Amino acid sequence: MRQRPSGKILALHAGIIVVLLVAQLFLPPYHHTNLARIMVFASFAVGYNVLMGYTGLLSLGHAMFFAAGVYGAGLTVFHLHFGAIEAFGAGVLSGLALATAIGLVALRTTGVSFLIVTLMFAQAAFLTTLHFNQITGGDQGLVISSELASLRIGSFEFSFADPAVKYNAALLLFAVSFAVSMALVYSPVGRVLIAIRENEARTRMLGYNTYKYKLLSMIISGAISGAAGAMYALLFSYVGSTFASIQYSIFPLLWTLVGGVGTLMGPILGTGLMFYVVDVSSGLTHSHLIVVGIVLVVLVLWFPRGIVGTVRERWFPWLP
Amino acid sequence: MAAVTLLEATGLNKNFGGLQAVNDAELRIGGGEIRAIIGPNGAGKTTLVSLVSGRLRPTEGKIAFKGEDITRLRAWDRVARGIVYTYQVTSIYNNLTCYENVALAAQRRLMGGLLQRLVLGEQRIAERVEVALSRVGLTGSMGRQAGELPYGHQRLLEVAVSLALEPELLILDEPTQGLARDEISDFCELVRMISQQATILLIEHNMSVVLELAHMITVMDKGEVIAEGTPAEIEADDGVQRAYLGRDAAP
Repeated sequence: MRQRPSGKILALHAGIIVVLLVAQLFLPPYHHTNLARIMVFASFAVGYNVLMGYTGLLSLGHAMFFAAGVYGAGLTVFHLHFGAIEAFGAGVLSGLALATAIGLVALRTTGVSFLIVTLMFAQAAFLTTLHFNQITGGDQGLVISSELASLRIGSFEFSFADPAVKYNAALLLFAVSFAVSMALVYSPVGRVLIAIRENEARTRMLGYNTYKYKLLSMIISGAISGAAGAMYALLFSYVGSTFASIQYSIFPLLWTLVGGVGTLMGPILGTGLMFYVVDVSSGLTHSHLIVVGIVLVVLVLWFPRGIVGTVRERWFPWLP
Repeated sequence: MAAVTLLEATGLNKNFGGLQAVNDAELRIGGGEIRAIIGPNGAGKTTLVSLVSGRLRPTEGKIAFKGEDITRLRAWDRVARGIVYTYQVTSIYNNLTCYENVALAAQRRLMGGLLQRLVLGEQRIAERVEVALSRVGLTGSMGRQAGELPYGHQRLLEVAVSLALEPELLILDEPTQGLARDEISDFCELVRMISQQATILLIEHNMSVVLELAHMITVMDKGEVIAEGTPAEIEADDGVQRAYLGRDAAP
């Protein structure tokens, strides 16, 4: 961790965005769609990593923030006929508001209690989406494509059914989340968050009200997760309570762990890798979870700190 | 020496369950003073300064700093007012560089509102980090991981962190513990230099350090303040001799 991002670090991370931008010209349609999905999920993981990787708070309830985004965008489109931009804004705000409310309560606990409390809130949120199935469509979900108008900017019209629109909207979301998390990590606030991760008691004695900082981290994390959920609903035109289930709390944890906790590039690499491990192995066998399990064991043995974390530890200590 | 009272604690009590760690203690420290607190292990020294720094809350009593009642203030708000505590056991961030360790303290002094925190220039932080590290002689270790430093340097880093917080009252909890003899004399020099800008409250076992540095000494035993005076007065005090010698003489 250096005092500020050097040219090398900026170039490397900008390079990732450029590679993703150029890749769409060469990718076959199947992988093109996959990558769009990966970038949305990676943004979710980026949001998760702000809290877990850079603040040291392990949440098992992030599905509720992702789902807040999914429903915030999807339901406003379905019931209120919002346009894409307004719906996206509603999704981000839902994630942000929920994270604020949950953070105010859950951050009074730490460690394992925090994990349990977030898990409980997320389960409550999941059950809420089922309970109000008249509105949410419950576990059947709702398809919003017929309700969602194309986005018009000036004389351009973007249809969310167009793969190129999907891809570039996902890329834009990822690039912004990536940039926000990078700016945060290198800001004075980010320094305090990392200090909280390393030693919270000491950080208090340096004059920081650590509760406020943890709440801020939770809000940023929830807003980014909400943005990812909102984008997912808009691009793949489906909302459903699956997104609020525990699976979607474990995914970002897994993606972040595989990629490297507390690394900027970890979330995108971890998400991409896990997505393709599941994708390829489920094409080979029905028991694809065995393959996924073996891959995870190998990763833990050879890359205990995740891919980027281990690379940083062994070869490139300057990686943020 | 003590023109104005900087810190005034009255009727301080702290109970841990049935144990009375601090019992009706009074502490009055003047601006610019170097005050030492001595006493046998378990006398309540660390508990007393923890009450002052806000790490612990008193069961009873009142603490005033520069005339303002700070009894209810949390530790971080006391730091903002200039009360800075350095840990007995070195408590730096081992995984961060020396620069980052000191920068955390330096930016605390510079940060105003939340917006300012997000845009605060690194240059201004860096200047203060350099000043603090050079005062303890660690400029050359700026980019090293704090955990890799030799122990004596870790203690110095801890002091640099405190200096970057620009303390008015600096609490040093057993700062020379574990240091080699020549490191101790350098440390005394450093404390004397710091005392030109800050009042110092020092917990120390090493009596030669205490006698060399302190203007005033407070003696504690079993949670109570049993004596207070200049080094000469304390050396001559019968009660202090008994508390120390009585304990030392016991098998």
